[in-house]
Order: sequence, then structure tokens, then C-alpha cells
Amino acid sequence: MDRAALPFVAVIALVITPLIGVGAISLHYLFGVIVPYVAALIFFAGFIMKVVNWGTSPVPFRIPTTCGQQKSLPWFKHSKLENPVTGIQVIGRMFLEVVFFRSLFRNLKPEIRGGPRIVYGPTKWLWFFALMFHWCFFIIFFRHLRLFTEPVPGVVTFVDRIDSMFQICIPPIYLTDLGLLLGITCLFLRRVIVPQVRYLSLPSDYFPLFLIIGIAVTGMLMRYVIRVDIIKVKELALSLAAFSPKVPQGIGVIFYTHLFLVCVLAMYFPFSKLMHLGGVFMSPTRNLANNNRIVRHINPWNPKVKLHPYEEWEDEFRDKLLDAGIPVEKKG
Amino acid sequence: MAKTPSPQELWNIDHKPPKKWWMDLPLNIRPGNFSYPAKPQILKELDMPNPRPWSPLDEDWKLPPNWKEIVLEGIRERLDKFRTFKVFMDICVRCGACADKCHFFIGSGDPRNMPVLRAELLRSIYRGEFTKAGKLLGRFGGARELTVDVIKEWFHYFYQCTECRRCSVFCPYGIDTAEITMLGREILNLLGLNINWIMEPVRNCFKIGNHLGIQPHSLKDMVDFFIDDIEEVTGVRIEVPFMKKGAEVLFVTPSGDYFADPGTYTFMGYLMLFHEIGLDYTMSYYAAEGGNFGLFSSNENMKRLNAKIYAEAKRLGVKWILGGECGHMWRVINQFMDTMNGPADFLEVPKSPITGTVFENARSTKMVHITEFTSDLIKHGKLNLDPSRNDHLKVTFHDSCNPVRAMGLLEEPRYVIKNVCNNFYEMPEDTIREKTFCCGSGSGLNNDEFMEMRMRGGLPRANAVQYVHDKHDVNTLACICAIDRAALTTLMNYWVPDVTVYGVHELVANALVMKGEKKRTTDLRQMPIPGMEDAEDV
Repeated sequence: MDRAALPFVAVIALVITPLIGVGAISLHYLFGVIVPYVAALIFFAGFIMKVVNWGTSPVPFRIPTTCGQQKSLPWFKHSKLENPVTGIQVIGRMFLEVVFFRSLFRNLKPEIRGGPRIVYGPTKWLWFFALMFHWCFFIIFFRHLRLFTEPVPGVVTFVDRIDSMFQICIPPIYLTDLGLLLGITCLFLRRVIVPQVRYLSLPSDYFPLFLIIGIAVTGMLMRYVIRVDIIKVKELALSLAAFSPKVPQGIGVIFYTHLFLVCVLAMYFPFSKLMHLGGVFMSPTRNLANNNRIVRHINPWNPKVKLHPYEEWEDEFRDKLLDAGIPVEKKG
Repeated sequence: MAKTPSPQELWNIDHKPPKKWWMDLPLNIRPGNFSYPAKPQILKELDMPNPRPWSPLDEDWKLPPNWKEIVLEGIRERLDKFRTFKVFMDICVRCGACADKCHFFIGSGDPRNMPVLRAELLRSIYRGEFTKAGKLLGRFGGARELTVDVIKEWFHYFYQCTECRRCSVFCPYGIDTAEITMLGREILNLLGLNINWIMEPVRNCFKIGNHLGIQPHSLKDMVDFFIDDIEEVTGVRIEVPFMKKGAEVLFVTPSGDYFADPGTYTFMGYLMLFHEIGLDYTMSYYAAEGGNFGLFSSNENMKRLNAKIYAEAKRLGVKWILGGECGHMWRVINQFMDTMNGPADFLEVPKSPITGTVFENARSTKMVHITEFTSDLIKHGKLNLDPSRNDHLKVTFHDSCNPVRAMGLLEEPRYVIKNVCNNFYEMPEDTIREKTFCCGSGSGLNNDEFMEMRMRGGLPRANAVQYVHDKHDVNTLACICAIDRAALTTLMNYWVPDVTVYGVHELVANALVMKGEKKRTTDLRQMPIPGMEDAEDV
């Protein structure tokens, strides 16, 4: 647990920061305006710079990992989505990867049994909870647009309504809130319980988990337990979005805690493994077609190398070639 | 050379991670789990850095004094050249999906053989030396300092990866450990850290024309022996054209096919097939190697060796190129050849002279896989086949890593096998096709001194063979890879001794009814075919 301890303490410290900063010394403007702007700037600039930085390195070779039958002769059924050869097929493969985590769905677990025998069983837990977590996170993010828009676009309202259709309590509980919390908790538990995963985990794997749990918990507290004035929150959000920030009086400190953790996440994002959000689109083993034998791929730095041309080879072996009656270009 | 433990001893594998975290875990280099370093003379002949005698068992590896600078510059240069390197260094979330997919991890339990940790060996240095977050947070950011011990760790584990890409199939971001291993080996090369089993074949292929260093006149003699053997089995005397200008097709196959059993039978199989269909082809003593151990060394070495194929096709004036059964060779041809040494605009789009089929999928590279070619012949009924000659064989098929995961050649070999054998059984589905297991000896690790690790790494494959052996009485393991033919034979002898390894075209040739042949009483191995023995012999 030593590698989880420090990130946990760090997140606790991050939770306490706005409690003191806003709750005790009333730095509303700092936590309501300056930190969010700085965070947004770091997030967008950092994200773009990272992706551009990746983009500046070329893809010298087209190296898709092929996971199905190639396109060859007409009587062999081509696996278009596992071994794409056209742009559309690549988009199809990427769609399955990004939206449904296709590769993770393949997950297997080898088990050594007596016999001795290795048996392989499907293991979908990682896929299931990862998908649940990411989709819920995305929908929650999307729902938050209602705070930054006036009038609220219909599609946002629609998603909001679907998400809260089970009117279990007042206010109606969002399914995605539960899903996010369940998903991330299971991802955390998996990391701690599965010995191999625990062994390979870094502090930087635990930190975002704790941070997002913190964000989810403060968000849910704010909605279901320690209510804040949502009208004022929206006022602040709209003013930030319009670049004329005004901090309304009387928003509870729990909101600032939530906001601060979100800001930390945004600032941490571009410098961390969370960049897999951008990277998943940039991975040459997935986003390229297996059409190398059909269309030549160009390597911009194709190196000049020292070769051993035929003529030199023949010079070195001429006597032996002639002795063996092997045809040569030059007799001597 | 270390004695290899018995299967019973080896089977005792502990997958529980050790108490100590991997960054603190001492390195365990011992006979049986490393490959011997490249001989200095060989590095010199290839103009490669720091040739010297050294041993991984020594304390001092005789690195150049400015080794650290060299490594950091090597990493920097490759970050700028390979987007994969940058992306794969940055985006791993350590979900662990890859952890138990590696045959070396399954067979050894060594945590640093989990693909994610193999990559972290390099990633931790990348973070520590090239990212602000890593510099700031140190170990808590997963970063560490570059030391000689790290270099030793790299050498040990980048030569304990067979670049099979199985982990990459399961990675949600497609992070490809083979790519990381390849880059890691390139960087190690800069310090003169490489293994002889890779570098000597590279030198041989570069200087002489094939990995095994067989000189042209010796190769000619070897082929003459094959011709005699074929005549003995079939009664048909065939010709094998070499260096024939103006032939339609250049045929290139790995040297393992003509060097040693059982590859030689596959080689005879090709020759019989080409004779039977009257293919106008030629082979070359200069480009006598389909395999490419340069792939296991550096992209430059890969290019140097591969360049011979197009050059020779041009010199001989052929129309297109046909390639034999080989695993990594087909990764090079499918994913690298055209890019490195193309465009092959002096060749024509491959068209089978027998069936008229145009191989559109090889339109640019102009090189066709032998099982693509043969399945087309079979589909068009151009071969007279008697699969009952293979009835004593109960066959399963080992998908070689590279033709599957760097190409997608799945159905072609199966189609050929099913047309020449009546008894075919698949291994469990999680061990074949894109999920196939490596033979444990790929990427230049098929040397004797590495035997213990090879038997460990080959365990998952062997165990799946054991399964069909027990269930269906399978006695034949067919494959389309020269390294497999050698390595799986060793592996079967160790784990499943009742199973024999065959190349697909050996099975084809056994079933092939040739014009003018005598009654076949033996197979290509000159073993009697049950039920077809000579009357006198019975």
C-alpha cells in the first residue's frame, strides 16, 4: 500500500486546501475564478502541446496489430474491423476501440491447473468497470454543460432527463453518479486486490483514482446532502464562460472543494497517463490500415545504409561461383 | 552451458509477485536465462559500436566511458523519429491487461516479464530524464535514474522478449511491446550490447547471403542432395533454377528451410510443387535469405539485409517475388520492405501464371506468400492431391506470431492444410489466431544457451498442443515458420514428445500426386507411409 498512501494523503490535502482557502480565509475569487482559469489554460495548452508534440514525430512504418483475417483472395472472408485495409474500416476499428474498448473486451485470464494444464477463461471485469466508469464520466461531463449554457441546449436537457429517470429520491439520483462511483471503486479495488496489478501500480496510478473519487463524492454531496444554490453556481459558471467573472455571494464551500479538485485534475491531466484520452487516437498499431502491400508507406527519414551490393558479392565469391558452374555477370 | 531443468522442475512456477518492488529487485542473470554476447569481430564487420569481448556474468560490461550520454542521445533521437515511442511512453495506464499475456511471464513468473513492466524499465528512465513531472516527482512519479544496473536490466529483459505482439492485441491503446523492445535493442546496440545469435546471422546474411553463412557453392551441393532425395521418394528428377535471368518469379525463403531438418522437407515441398506446376522461377545465392535478423537488431540492419531481395529481383529481371514459409520474414515483407527499399516499380503486379489470379493485395510490394499462392492453386483445382497419404497424421496448426499479428494470414494456411490432410484439429481458441502463443524462441532467441527460458516461454504453446494431443491424439504440429520448425521441434521433444513438427508445404508435397511419379511408399522423410508400404517391405 505504500505506493497508494502518498497519493491518498495528497488528495486529502487537496480537499483541505479550499476548505481553508474559502471556508476560513474567504479567498473566493482565487478559488472561484483564478484557479479555474489557470487550470483551463494549463489543460488546453498542455493537451494541445502534448498532442502536437506526438504529431511532430513521424510514423516511419505502418505497423498495425492485425487481429483478424487479412484481405487477400476473394474466398477468404476478410475481417474488416480487426484487420482494416481502408480508411473507413480503420474508422470502424477505432470506433469500436474508443467507444466500446474492443481490445479490453478480449481480456483472458490464464489459470494453471493440475494436470498440469493452463486454461484460459474470459475475464470481463476490467472491461466492464472501465467502460462503466468512462461512459459515466463522459455523460456527467456532458451534463455539466447545462451550467455553462443559457438557454440549455435540448440535447443536454435530454441526457439529463434520461440520466435521472429513476426518481428514487429528491432530487432524482443520476444513474451516472452511481455508475461512476461504482466503476472507479471497482477499478481501485482491482488495483489493490489483484497481486500482479498491485505490483505494477505506481503512485501516479492511484492519484487520479483518489482525485476522481474526491470529485465524485464532493459533487454528490453537493447535490444530495449539503445542497448549494445551483442558481448561483450557474451564475458563476456563465460569467466564467463569458470571460467576465463575477463571484456570487453565498455558494457553499463544498462547491469550491469540488471545483478545486476538478481544476487539479485538469492541470494534472496533460502531464500524466490521463493523456491516453488523446493517445488512443494516435496509436499506430490501431489507427493505420494493414494495406502496406497495396499502398507504399513513406518513411520521411528512410535511412541511407551501407549495403553489400551484388557486384561486390560476386567479386568476393567469383572463383567459387565459377568453380561450381554458377553463372556470373563478369568472368574476371 | 547450463543444464536445462526437467519439465517437472520447470513446471513449478510461482506467479505471485515478490515482496520487493521491481525497482528494488536485484537482477538475476544466470546460465540458462541469457544469450551470449556478439563476438567483437562480427560487430566490426558490420561497423557497429564498441566491439569487445564481455560477458553478462561479469561485473564490468566494458561500456564506453560516455555511455550515459550515448543512451540519452539515443533515446532523444528515437523519440524524434518514432511517434510510437513517444505515445507508448506517455499513455500506458498500467491497467495490467497485458500482464499475464506474455508467454515468458506465464512460463517464468518473473514480474519483469509482464509486458507492462518490460516497458516500464524504459519508461521510468524516459520519465526521469525527459519529462518535467518525472524529474519533479522522482520515484513517486514512476521515474528513476539511469544507472549501469538499469542498462543491465534492459539487456536482460529486452532479450527476453520475442517481439511476438500478443500483449499488443489485448492493450486498450495498442501499446506494442515489440516496438519498445526493438527500440530498446537499438539503444543497447549503441553501447555494443547485443547477442551473437542475432548479430552473427546478420553478418552472414549481409556478407554471404543467408543467416547461416552457407556459401553459394555449398548451397548448390545441398540443393543437389534434395533433388536426389526427391527422386528417391517420387521417382521424379526435378531441376532447381538458381540465378536464372528472365525467370518470371524470384523465390525467396528462409535459410532454415535448406539448412536443417525438418525445414528441409518443407523446402523439398516447395521444389516439388514448383516443378509440378511448371513454374518459371529462380532462386538466388545472393538473396538466399527470406528471414531477417536485422529486424531483431535495428531498423538500419533490417534495411541492409532486406535490400538484397529487390536488388536481386531487379538484376535477374523477374516479374514478381514469391516468399516461403517464415514468420518474422513476413512481418518485414508486409510492414517494412516496401517502405524501406521500395518502390518496386520495376516489377509487375503479381499474377499467378497457372491460374491467372492477380494478387491485388500485393499490388505495391509485389511479393506473395506461398500459402496465398498455393491456396489459389488448390482453389482452381490445379493440383492433383491425395490427402489420404497424410492420413496417419492428426494435424494441428500453430499460428506464427508475425504472420498473424503483423499481417493476418489466418485462413490461407488452414485452407491448404485442410486440402492436403484429412485429420485437422484446432488448439483451444484462446491459443490460436490473433491470440496465438509464441514458440518461445522468436526474435533471435533460438539459441542453445537460452534453453531454459525457451522451454519456459514455449510452455503455453506446448500445453495447448498437449491438450489436442490428449483429446484428439494429435501427433503433428504444422507451422509456416522456419524458426518454429526448429524451435517447436525442441519444444515438443521437451514437453510433448509424441508430436512431430511439419511445415505446411511438406504436407502439401506428401499429398501431391506428381506427373510420372512412382508409387509413393514413403513420405519426404523417407519414413514408410502406413498402408502404402512396399509389398516386399511388409
